[in-house]
Amino acid sequence: MKIDEKSVAGKELILQEQTQLLVIGAGPAGLSAAIEGAGRGLSVVLIDENPVPYKTMGDEVPLHYGQGMSGVARNRNAMIEAFVTSEPLIQVAFDAGVDVRLGTACWGLYANGPGVHWLPGTVAGLADEERGWLIGADYVIVAAGRRDMGLGFPGWEKPGVIGATAAITLATRFGALNPRRVVILGTSAEALTAAAALRDAGIEIAAIVEQAAEPVGPDHLVTELHAAGCEFLTHHVVREALGRASVEGVLIAAVDKTGRAVGEERRIDCEGVVLAVGTTPVVDLLAALGCHITFQPERGGYAPKVDADQRSSVHNIFAVGDCAGIWPAKSLDRSIAAGEGLRAVGAILGEDFGSAEVSVPDRPAYDLSAYRMAWVRASVIGARGDFHVCQCEEVTAREILELRPPRYLGWQTDRRNDRSLLSLLDEAPPNPDQVKRLTRAGMGPCQGRRCREQIAALLSLQATAPLADIPLAGYRTPVRPLPLAIASQLRESADQAQHWELWFGIPSQWQPPCEVPEFYTVAADEATIVVDDERGGHD
Amino acid sequence: MTEIKGASVVIVGGGVTGLSTAWWLAQSGVDVLVVEKGIVGWEASGRNGGGCGHVTSPLYPEMLRLWPVMDELLGYPTEFSANRIQVAVTEEQLAVQKSSAAAVERRGYRCEILDSKQRRKLIPLVGDNVAGAYFYHFGGHANPHRTVQGYAWGMQDHGGRLMQHCAVTGFRTEGERVVGVETERGLLGCDQLVIAAGPHTGRLSATLGQEVPMQSARAEMIVTEPLPVMVYGGVDGNGLHGRQTLRGNLAFGGGPHEWLDLPQRGVFANPSTPLMGHIGRRLIEMMPKAAHARIIRSWAGVIENTPDGRPVIDRLSTFPNVVVATMSSVGFGLSPSSGRAIRDVVVDGTCSFADISSFRLARFARLESDWRELQGWVALAMEEAA
Repeated sequence: MKIDEKSVAGKELILQEQTQLLVIGAGPAGLSAAIEGAGRGLSVVLIDENPVPYKTMGDEVPLHYGQGMSGVARNRNAMIEAFVTSEPLIQVAFDAGVDVRLGTACWGLYANGPGVHWLPGTVAGLADEERGWLIGADYVIVAAGRRDMGLGFPGWEKPGVIGATAAITLATRFGALNPRRVVILGTSAEALTAAAALRDAGIEIAAIVEQAAEPVGPDHLVTELHAAGCEFLTHHVVREALGRASVEGVLIAAVDKTGRAVGEERRIDCEGVVLAVGTTPVVDLLAALGCHITFQPERGGYAPKVDADQRSSVHNIFAVGDCAGIWPAKSLDRSIAAGEGLRAVGAILGEDFGSAEVSVPDRPAYDLSAYRMAWVRASVIGARGDFHVCQCEEVTAREILELRPPRYLGWQTDRRNDRSLLSLLDEAPPNPDQVKRLTRAGMGPCQGRRCREQIAALLSLQATAPLADIPLAGYRTPVRPLPLAIASQLRESADQAQHWELWFGIPSQWQPPCEVPEFYTVAADEATIVVDDERGGHD
Repeated sequence: MTEIKGASVVIVGGGVTGLSTAWWLAQSGVDVLVVEKGIVGWEASGRNGGGCGHVTSPLYPEMLRLWPVMDELLGYPTEFSANRIQVAVTEEQLAVQKSSAAAVERRGYRCEILDSKQRRKLIPLVGDNVAGAYFYHFGGHANPHRTVQGYAWGMQDHGGRLMQHCAVTGFRTEGERVVGVETERGLLGCDQLVIAAGPHTGRLSATLGQEVPMQSARAEMIVTEPLPVMVYGGVDGNGLHGRQTLRGNLAFGGGPHEWLDLPQRGVFANPSTPLMGHIGRRLIEMMPKAAHARIIRSWAGVIENTPDGRPVIDRLSTFPNVVVATMSSVGFGLSPSSGRAIRDVVVDGTCSFADISSFRLARFARLESDWRELQGWVALAMEEAA
């Protein structure tokens, strides 16, 4: 049979290295998996993107650092040392023979499946500050952790407005959090745990602000923080973050139960605002690979479907730790995440644990979908002025809901509301990717990390549908912004380079109509092929 | 099944070809309904490089006339920008481009070679290392997403209707006429039917006794973060096609495609691959000043091709009230005129502004039944993971 030389057929994808088990993320779950795997004879590569370079943190990748890093974060050696010292199991992993690579990010996972057949197996794209390369892996355990839902209000772009996960990492692992006095938004178990951790790290908690009538997290955490002198302000939101170069204070106001601000605004002095209204699994690699991801409120939002062995819908890809689901017990007890890592390794080695120690989420204590929507309604829709929900592309909530073309087009029309979001609603809930294409919201270099959950909530409020009905906005590789200079280091086979074409390379496609024969057959075409150079551009 | 009002013309496929056709029909006062299995422009129509090219197409002159006025005609912005630049990184590429330029000049289009000073001014991201560049005083590029939605909204403004999330399951026929389209949401009566369903056009036409031969393949693109906007964004070269968007992102693609079978059900998965890096290398060879720019997404789209890579716009001989349409992998740029041509065929029986006899379906009447194998256009066997 003939081979189409312009296609991928026969082209080798060159991998730099190969391992039996690749573990992505050196938290409790990833470390326990890596140590167990190495101890049982597997070749194991364990990567973690931490410590994240200062410049990357400044780009708000992979977390919402909110420019809250102190100068310590510039000192690479000190950061590496702090990272290793703050997690003793990293040394244990080294000693167990795990190939540990810190400061190394995974920006893509690839595997054959529907739509791609030419890969040599499961492939991961890795990069550090200078190099980019591909590694093949028989099995991948993803332990990519958690991140925080962004929540906008006027001034939320100011340095000092930080996601809770970034704040905790900077404060507790690196001693590199700039703000010393913060206001915390949210009262879930994860928010209260964050507040306690920050307090233990010497950060003063100016107030804990909650739009709902009561804290939604466990009573004992509320009681402990109360006892420690933290002020809880329920039925309140931040109306504005104040400050010139960075946050110097916030204006807060009481809200009624529909989220509307009532009463006087009050100033609280602080250097930071910690966003803790929604902790969510990091599913970017899994989603981009094509693993089945569904909205699971008991797991903190969109999370991969995993079986009792933590196996995803792709048979050699496992998800463990926070990226497989976040719930209060797991947030409070790291042995649950560690146990997931052990189970995954056991499954790879063909063991049957039966039903013992299966990791099962807590029953949700509150309606996560309604809670997140209420925050967005009170803080974003109820805001007293326009601000950018998508900070990269500078798109406001109103522009999202009205599907306004981006401002750089200068598009003027007298019928601006004719084609709002409602015009897209056609028997199905609005799709954030369609909204992204039209407004650019979520299209920027932070890859939607700060706005995607807010946009989903805006769409669900507009469509009066729960968050679960809003499709997950797509993730595409690279799931970390990857400099062209680094991506271009991926090696290319000589065969592929030789036959590289700008488009399909079908000569007859470019022939003028007068040269089209009455009948086309493959045999006749091969007999008459002339290479035509008359190309005038392409789709 | 519920009763839904059909239309005089039902169009299967909410891609750029079907929607442009629908917009032209609605403008002419024709009662038209587009049925789309997912969301408008969700497949190749929304995943392409946005180029407005293909000089040898009979639809090209009309396309050139229409693009500059599309924003006004549609009432929505397309981000169309005129002109293209062909960059040659090597002397070898320059020689090929020289003969290409000569060929398009013979067709009456204007090209000129740019000197290094002009290159620095017009396309400053392109390096001084390149061998040369040709400025084409024609063609251009536009934003596929905005254009597709513009056709859909423009059509609706003229009274046309759109049903999304509604897959076609079959056709109802009476004698030599298709009288209805069977869908997940009921039967849609029609006087005429247009099948412009991209890769699914072959499968759907086969159920009506006359298959449009085609095979689908996946191709890939990358996009960077925004960079300072160059005077001209429509740049091809070094094995890549693409554009700098008006926002400043570099969106480029090229390289080997992968032939695929139609999915048993549902839609194509559209995965991208590490080919991203190889596209990136070619991009910075051409634009070394963009080497620091970060890739923020890569994507893939599935595109159909007929055996000779040329379009089919024709009536089925088995059911003459059915028009089948595929642009064979070069559909976005030509869409202003392809929709008009299909509208003409539907309403008047023949295209009023161009000779599109080269798009006739009958040219495949003697096609070998195993043409895919003969051309090597077949899906690879999948290597299973561990």
